[in-house]
Amino acid sequence: MTKTLAQHPDLADRFNRDENRVDWHDQTLWWVRQKRDRAAHTLETDWEALRQAASDIKDNVLANLADYLEQFERAAQANGAIVHWATDAAEHNRIVLGLLQSVGATRMIKSKSMLTEECDLNDFLAQNGIEVIDTDLGERIIQLAEEGPSHIVMPCIHKKKEEISDLFHEHLGTEAGNADPQYLTEAARGHLRDKFLTRKAALTGVNFAIAETGEFVVCTNEGNADMGAHLADIHIACMGMEKIIPQRAHLGVFLRLLARSATGQPITTYSSHFRRPAAGKALHIVIVDNGRSRQLGREEFRNSLKCIRCGACMNTCPVYRRSGGHSYHNAVGGPIGAILAPNLDMHQFADLPYASTLCGSCSNVCPVKINIHEQLYLWRQELTRSGHATQGKKAAMGLAAWVLSNPRIYRLAGKMGRWAMRNLPFSINNRFNPWYKQRELPAPPKASFREWYLKNRVK
Amino acid sequence: MSSRAEILAAVRKNQPSSPAPLPDTQKFWHEVDDVYAQFNIILSGIGGKVLEIKNWEAGQEYLKEHFNGRIVSTLEGFEPLPESDPHALADVELCVLQAQFAVAENGAIWITNSALRQRAAAFIPQHLAVLLKKSDIVPTMHHAYARIGSADYDFGVFIAGPSKTADIEQSLVLGAHGPRTMTVLVLNE
Repeated sequence: MTKTLAQHPDLADRFNRDENRVDWHDQTLWWVRQKRDRAAHTLETDWEALRQAASDIKDNVLANLADYLEQFERAAQANGAIVHWATDAAEHNRIVLGLLQSVGATRMIKSKSMLTEECDLNDFLAQNGIEVIDTDLGERIIQLAEEGPSHIVMPCIHKKKEEISDLFHEHLGTEAGNADPQYLTEAARGHLRDKFLTRKAALTGVNFAIAETGEFVVCTNEGNADMGAHLADIHIACMGMEKIIPQRAHLGVFLRLLARSATGQPITTYSSHFRRPAAGKALHIVIVDNGRSRQLGREEFRNSLKCIRCGACMNTCPVYRRSGGHSYHNAVGGPIGAILAPNLDMHQFADLPYASTLCGSCSNVCPVKINIHEQLYLWRQELTRSGHATQGKKAAMGLAAWVLSNPRIYRLAGKMGRWAMRNLPFSINNRFNPWYKQRELPAPPKASFREWYLKNRVK
Repeated sequence: MSSRAEILAAVRKNQPSSPAPLPDTQKFWHEVDDVYAQFNIILSGIGGKVLEIKNWEAGQEYLKEHFNGRIVSTLEGFEPLPESDPHALADVELCVLQAQFAVAENGAIWITNSALRQRAAAFIPQHLAVLLKKSDIVPTMHHAYARIGSADYDFGVFIAGPSKTADIEQSLVLGAHGPRTMTVLVLNE
């Protein structure tokens, strides 16, 4: 994915030029949110207790992460897996490349892994002569379109079926103009089946890694992680180090929450538990830090590491739904992306914590109870303190602080404002005022509350 | 310093020192009156087919009647599922396996490598059929993991229905990469 220095408001603006598409995007995601609600309600009062239990387990993980990582490594090694450690994205990419080169693989299939998006693995491997085929249908579509995912669970949710039809016509030779999802999926099935059967190396993500047993679980609906891993000679599983959970039994809590939160399904079609490599095959696990240990040290932000990547916060977010995933210019977008990204690069992602109304809907649906909207607010403070706020924002805030702390100036400013609304409305309702976009200027009040009160109070 | 040592040192330095005890999950252990009825409703709702059979002979008959082409199985009555190269399963129309147990709340069946014989067997065939004993249905995932316990498998998987995707405009399509259908034959013993 190409990194861009454009800001969220500009990118959202671009997305909003096509109003019908914005409405469609908004409604599609809201529909997924409603499915999530129905699925959650089937568990009645257990739902909230499960969220609490998941949050408590993850708190325990964060407080004991080093021990759990060592325990996981010992168990995984005893199982016959080979464990690698990567401090950052570059080291992760080098490890994967080295593994592929060691078996002479020049082609690899990959199932969904947001970590590899975070690390820009595909570009790195391509530069080093490795062909990577993404096998999740949504990811394959955006790969053909040369785009990044716009959602962590539904990577091509921003694409209309007609656009996918055109892509498939160009790359897979499907009929021009046939945009039937059944037909297009069948074409992708045939195209990718050939890849599954001919590739010797497979890479998957990891949803949960169990410290107690050294096994890891990968969840998919399509079965692409399994098709890849079981048909290849080498399986490389890449995991952010926060994917650890203490015991196998804790999967009971997380697998009940994950798919219900993500898509409203009771469970994903496949929840595959990889413990030992199959006879004659190799299993490698790459544990990646890439800023996670730094986030762990930020007391106010550390519990963002509890995230299980369900995407519920995106589906519910009024800003995400109307600005699209690409407006976050990061592998992970939406509310959770906006609190994870500044840890990776405060300068590049200083705009993201502002891409929120702080309505709190994200925190309400989060299955591990991350206080996302509070962290968005705290990041704004942190970014301003550390000098990453934009000049305009700094000037506006300085001016506001001055006006609000001087009652006389405040009263004068109010009077001037009301006068301007009456006599010079174009000074406010012009296109240079971002507030005025998609808003109507209200009728100016005759007096301020203070003036009204001074006149009407009971003396 | 190795990356491993560097990462573990950074984690040790930054991880919170609060005790954060693990929660008790016993409160989620609800019993269900009719686990079979719930399993049937849920699995049918996510695209699976549930069929009660009198005995395994009746199950074989049903499968032979409804599926054409190469059928492989770990159970008697069909071509034995080969243990060799998984690529040799590419032309399999139907694979018939025996589930270890199933979960009522989400319609999933659990199966490990010993009952799979070949990991790809559950994924590569065009269709999947699973034999399940009616007495082997547990209410929730908590019961499921209690039943799995510390089982020593190499690979295990919960399978809930046919392979599917909704990546194109959220339109549900059954048969993404794996089996297009999943039939669970429930044996009432």
